[in-house]
Amino acid sequence: MVSFGQFLEVLISGLLAGVLYSLVALGFVLIYKASGVFNFAQGAMVLLAGLALVRSLDAMVAFGFPPWAAVGLGLLFAAVIMAITAWLIERFVLGPLVNQDGLTLFMSTIGVTFILEGGSQMLFGSDVYPLRLFPTDAWFFGESRFPGGILVNKLDVWGGMIAAVLVAALAIFFQHTKTGRALRAVADDHAAAQSVGIPISWIWFIVWLAAGLVALVAATVWGTKLGVQFSITFLALKALPVLIIGGFTSVPGAILGGLIIGAGEKLAEAYLGPSIGGGIEYWFAYVLALAVLLIKPQGLFGERIIERI
Amino acid sequence: MLYRETGQFKTSYTADMAIFPIRQDRIALWILLAVAFVGVPLLANFHIWPLGSDYLLRAILIPFLILALATIGLNILTGYCGQLSLGSGAFMAIGAYSAYKFSTGVHILLPWLEISIPPLPLLPSILLGGVMAALVGILFGVPSLRIKGLYLAVATLAAQFFFDWVFIRVKWFTNYTSSGSVAAPDLYFFGVLVNTPIERYIVCLIFVTVFAFLAKNLVRGNLGRQWMAIRDMDIAAELMGIRPLYAKLMAFAISSFMVGVAGALWAFVYLGAWEPLAFNIDRSFQLLFMVIIGGLGSILGSFLGAAFILILPILLDQVPHALGIPISVETVSLLVFIVTGALICFLLIVEPHGFARLWSTGKEKLRLWPYPY
Repeated sequence: MVSFGQFLEVLISGLLAGVLYSLVALGFVLIYKASGVFNFAQGAMVLLAGLALVRSLDAMVAFGFPPWAAVGLGLLFAAVIMAITAWLIERFVLGPLVNQDGLTLFMSTIGVTFILEGGSQMLFGSDVYPLRLFPTDAWFFGESRFPGGILVNKLDVWGGMIAAVLVAALAIFFQHTKTGRALRAVADDHAAAQSVGIPISWIWFIVWLAAGLVALVAATVWGTKLGVQFSITFLALKALPVLIIGGFTSVPGAILGGLIIGAGEKLAEAYLGPSIGGGIEYWFAYVLALAVLLIKPQGLFGERIIERI
Repeated sequence: MLYRETGQFKTSYTADMAIFPIRQDRIALWILLAVAFVGVPLLANFHIWPLGSDYLLRAILIPFLILALATIGLNILTGYCGQLSLGSGAFMAIGAYSAYKFSTGVHILLPWLEISIPPLPLLPSILLGGVMAALVGILFGVPSLRIKGLYLAVATLAAQFFFDWVFIRVKWFTNYTSSGSVAAPDLYFFGVLVNTPIERYIVCLIFVTVFAFLAKNLVRGNLGRQWMAIRDMDIAAELMGIRPLYAKLMAFAISSFMVGVAGALWAFVYLGAWEPLAFNIDRSFQLLFMVIIGGLGSILGSFLGAAFILILPILLDQVPHALGIPISVETVSLLVFIVTGALICFLLIVEPHGFARLWSTGKEKLRLWPYPY
C-alpha cells in the first residue's frame, strides 16, 4: 500500500515533471497562436538547440574559456543557430505555403522535423552529450512528519522556476509590446493584418524565433535531465496530450495541461501500474487526452471552434 | 504518338465510366500485370538479370507490395476521407498478432468466459487479423465524430502507444515466449507450402492485386464519394444527407482492415519472426509519408509513394558507393532523414497532390504531344 508520504512525493515529482512537459508544449502554443501552424518540429528544435549548446560549450571549455563565459557564449551561439533555423523555415517552407490548409502545413512541419533531426545530428554529432547546467541532486524535507521524508529533485524545481519566468516574459511580450500586438493581429486574420501594414513574413520569423528560444530553454533543462540525445525529439510526442488537454491556443492551458498530465501519469503508474503490468506511463497521457477530447473537443482552455459553411 | 484515344468511341455509360477509359491504359495495365505475375517469377526462376539473386525479390519487391497494400489502406482513411491517422503501425500490429493468435489457436479461459478456437488455416487467420484490426479501428474511429484534424491525429497516436505497450506487456499475445519475439508458423495456403521468395512474392502480389482492385472500385462508388464529400467539407456533406457516422466509421473499418491484412502479411510473409518494435511509430510515419509523397486520394499514388520511400534509402546507400565516395552507414541514415524531409516539403510546395498528380499531368501532356494544346 502506498502511504500518504509516498503519495505526496509522487504527486510533487509528477507536477514538476509536468512543468517540464509544458516547457515543450509552450513552443507549440506560441506558433499555433500566431500562425495557425501546428509545429510538429518543436521536438526536433529542442534537439537542435540542445546539440548546438552542448557542443559549443564542450568546445569552449576544452579551449580554456572560464565556465561562465562558455555558458554565455554557448547560449548565444545556440540562439543564433535557432534564429538562422527560424529564418530558413520561414523563407523556404512556410512562406511558399501561405494560405494552404492546416493539414498541409502540419505535414510540412513533419518534413521540417526530419530535416532538423538529420541535419542537427550531421552537424553536431549523434552521441549522447551530457549537459550540466543545473544541479541534479535531490532534496529531502518533511522527515519529521513522514518516514523517509519527501524526495524532490532540484532540477525539477529549477525547471518549474524557469517555466514561471518564461510564461511571465511571454505574457508581457504578447500583451505589452508592439510586436506582440502585431502577432496577435496576425493570428486573428492574416489578410486584415497585412492590409494595415503589418509585415507578415517578419512576424512569422519572430514567432519561429520565439519558439526556437523556448526550445533552447527546454533543451537546457531536458538536456541536464536526460543528456542531449536523439530521444529528446520524442518530447514533441509527449507534449501533444498536454496540448490537447490545455487547448492549442492557451499559454496557461499548456502549463495546466502539463501539470495534469505529469501528476496523472505518475500517480497512475504508482497506483494502477502494479496491478496491470507497469510501464503505463508510456500511453497513459494519450488515453487521458482522448478521454478529455470526448468530453471537450477543444481542450479545457481552447477557444471554441465555430464552423460555418 | 502511340498514346491517342482517337477513334475509341464509347457507346455505353459503363464504357465511359470504366476505370481505364483509354485502350492504351488497359493494355499497359495488362502488360504490367503480366510482367508482375509471369515475367518476374520467370526471371527469378532462371536467375536472369535483374533478378539474378534473391535480393531484389526478397528485400525490395516483397516489402514494396506489402507496404503498398498498407498505404492503400491508409490512403482510404487519410486521402479519401480526410481523417489524419498516426496509428497505422498499431493497426498493422493488431493484424499481425491477431493472425498469429488465430493461426496458433485462441484459448481464453476465464471464470466467466471460455473461448477455445482450434488453430485456423493461414488465409482465414490473415483475413481475421484484418477483421480484428477493423474492429479496433472502428473503436478508435468513434472520437472522429466529435473531433477532427490534429486532435484526431493525437487520438490515433493514443492507439499507437497503447498497442505498442499491449503487445510488449501482455504475454498472452505472444504465447508466453520468453523473449517477446514471435515466429510465424509455416505458410500453407490451401495445403501448398509457401517458402521460397518467388512463392512468397506471388502470395503478396495476389493479395495486393485483389485489394487494389477492390479499393479502386470502392472509392469510385457511392461510399467513396461520401468519403470525398466528407473530406472536402464535412458540415456541407452532412447537410446534403451523408451520414458522417456511417461514412467515417466505414472508412476507419475498411482502412484498418487493409492495414491489418498488410500487417499480417508483413509479419508472416516478409519478416517470419518479429517483435513489437517492427510496428512502432516510425512505421506509422513511414506509411503517412508514402501516402503524402505518392498522392493523397490516389490508389496509383499509394504504389508510387511506397516504391519511392522504400527505394530512397537503398539508393542513397548505393549511389555514393557506386561513385566511389566513401560514406559511413551513419551518415547515410542521417542523409535519408534530410532528403526525405526536404522532399516532403518540396513536394508539398510544388505539387501537394504528390507523384500521382505528376503522373496524370505527364499523361495529359503525352496525349497532346507534340502540340502544346
